[in-house]
Amino acid sequence: MSSTRAAPAPPGRRTPRKRGADGSGADQRRLTWRNRLYRFDMRYMPYLLIAPFFLIFGVFGLFPLIFNGVVSLRNYRLDDPTLPPWAGFDNFAKLLGDEDFWNALYNTFGIFLLSSVPQLLLALVVASLLNRKLRAQTWWRVGILLPYVTPLVASTMVFSVFFSRDFGMANWLLGLVGLGGDAPADWRADKFHSWIAIATMVNWKWIGYNALLYLAAMQSIPRDVYEASAIDGAGPWRQLWRITVPMIQPVVVFTVVLSTIGGLQLFTEPMLFDLNAQAATGGPNGEWQTIAQLIYKVGWKDLDLGYAAAMSWALFLIILVVAGINTLLTNRLSGGRQ
Amino acid sequence: MSAVDTVRRAADAGPPGRNRARLTGRAPQDTAAGVWTYLLLATTILLSAFPLYWMFVIATSNDEALAKIPPAVVPGDRFMTNLDEVFSLQDVYFAAGLVNSALVSTAVTASVLFFCSLAGFAFAKLRFKGSRWLMLFVVLTLTVPNQLGIVALYIVMGKLGWNGTLLAVIAPGLVTAFGVFYMRQFILNTVPDELVESARMDGATTMRVYWNIVLPAIRPALAVLGLLTFVGTWNDFQWPLITLSGTDFPTSMVAISDLASGNYVIYRRVLAGAFVATVPLLIMLVVGGRQIVRGIMEGAVKS
Repeated sequence: MSSTRAAPAPPGRRTPRKRGADGSGADQRRLTWRNRLYRFDMRYMPYLLIAPFFLIFGVFGLFPLIFNGVVSLRNYRLDDPTLPPWAGFDNFAKLLGDEDFWNALYNTFGIFLLSSVPQLLLALVVASLLNRKLRAQTWWRVGILLPYVTPLVASTMVFSVFFSRDFGMANWLLGLVGLGGDAPADWRADKFHSWIAIATMVNWKWIGYNALLYLAAMQSIPRDVYEASAIDGAGPWRQLWRITVPMIQPVVVFTVVLSTIGGLQLFTEPMLFDLNAQAATGGPNGEWQTIAQLIYKVGWKDLDLGYAAAMSWALFLIILVVAGINTLLTNRLSGGRQ
Repeated sequence: MSAVDTVRRAADAGPPGRNRARLTGRAPQDTAAGVWTYLLLATTILLSAFPLYWMFVIATSNDEALAKIPPAVVPGDRFMTNLDEVFSLQDVYFAAGLVNSALVSTAVTASVLFFCSLAGFAFAKLRFKGSRWLMLFVVLTLTVPNQLGIVALYIVMGKLGWNGTLLAVIAPGLVTAFGVFYMRQFILNTVPDELVESARMDGATTMRVYWNIVLPAIRPALAVLGLLTFVGTWNDFQWPLITLSGTDFPTSMVAISDLASGNYVIYRRVLAGAFVATVPLLIMLVVGGRQIVRGIMEGAVKS
């Protein structure tokens, strides 16, 4: 850490030099004033500089997260304020027996698997494509960020048309390559189809972004590692899996954690994929309702904020556990191969 | 790890100089891209751009074009008509949404840049008691998903009387842990201690050091953080939906979702609106793409 602790003397802190030498009152006062200002500046200014962050984050970030725990123990129904204020663990007990919750959990994990695994693998491939001597290098990198800057709301609406049953482009393309089947696929009819549609949106959005993270890590691998690998006669594909991936392992773990946190909180895509978006049911029978979506429905459609808070806490725990497991798994898979 | 170790050991030994010419083991980034690389990359870009292009196609079409097999892939000529319908719709407030999105994103971006660079400067260059612990706290909160406190945030905003107003959307975004972290890293690496100390010698106050030395040095980082923050705020949906839906004062994303609800969704309208709300970000990508790429590659996280 750097420091300014070896601070220079404040202006006029030592014996005053010229005019102050005979110690006239006005001069003395001016010096102590500057002295005080200086001491304030050195001692308290750093806290003033960081205060806005901690205050705002404390009120609108950290406090809600903790207060959420209190809310989850209460009856916080917007439509029925007559209930006793404290619910104890009722909300959590209800959660365990709630079919909607388990269904949403199942959907969330299904979509998460279908989106995160291809997303990260394809990102690795795109990154290794970008990790070459390219003409117009910057523009290739900017180009793959198109999905990243596109509003999720906008792209989800496009995909919603893309995956429509009757005149959707997805069905037309499948028909072209002979995979159309007898009847056009109804992408909103069952779990399998809707999960694939939603996972496609997630993959489209995040492959380029993750590729850039991998690319940054790949470019920091020392060159002599590759020079040495030629002795073993490694081709580009083996080079990728045997050298590059193990060398960028920390970033791989980082992206796995990121996509776990993001993937388990999936909200916009399942919301707007629904033809009746405001209902937040994720399909007629909750085919693709995710937990984040269920929290929204319970809290702001059923007006049961206490129960929604309990669900948020459950989701928080689930994210912690899954992120932990995924970190361990990724460490094994990307580092320990041989 | 053993594969890496073997490689490392081999690397340490180093290839014998006279054999260098025969080795093919150049680092990938020194290998010129072949035709296949360009082809695959071009395909990737096409797939990335296609939904955007198709959004424009539908936004410019009439209803018949959507009900056609094979689907229309050429833009029509009805963009202005569709757009006109979007802007004149009752109960959707799309124009207000665009203005609100611009207001919210600008306010949040300006605030993040100012407060996060102040805090980043303090953590990078000033000594104070507890700075290590406080910084550790910032790093820890980087990974905490704020969305999980959304129910309580709604109650807090209710107590403040801010629900349904832009304040409710702006306030939680005013600072980010990532902003502080990013600014601290950048200031540590680019502002030399000697410069700060010599300014101190000349009697400069902390704020003067910030203003005259730190701010000019961190302009590139401000550009990066500003772009990432603006894009993230503009695209934010879940929280604005919760606090603003049903008001006549939505953000553009909430307005689009209003367009997309109801019994019969008219997609050419929805996508005309979506396209208009996407254009500002496309312009930012063209103008500031280099900065956005750099920001992400320097270890940005999802906002």
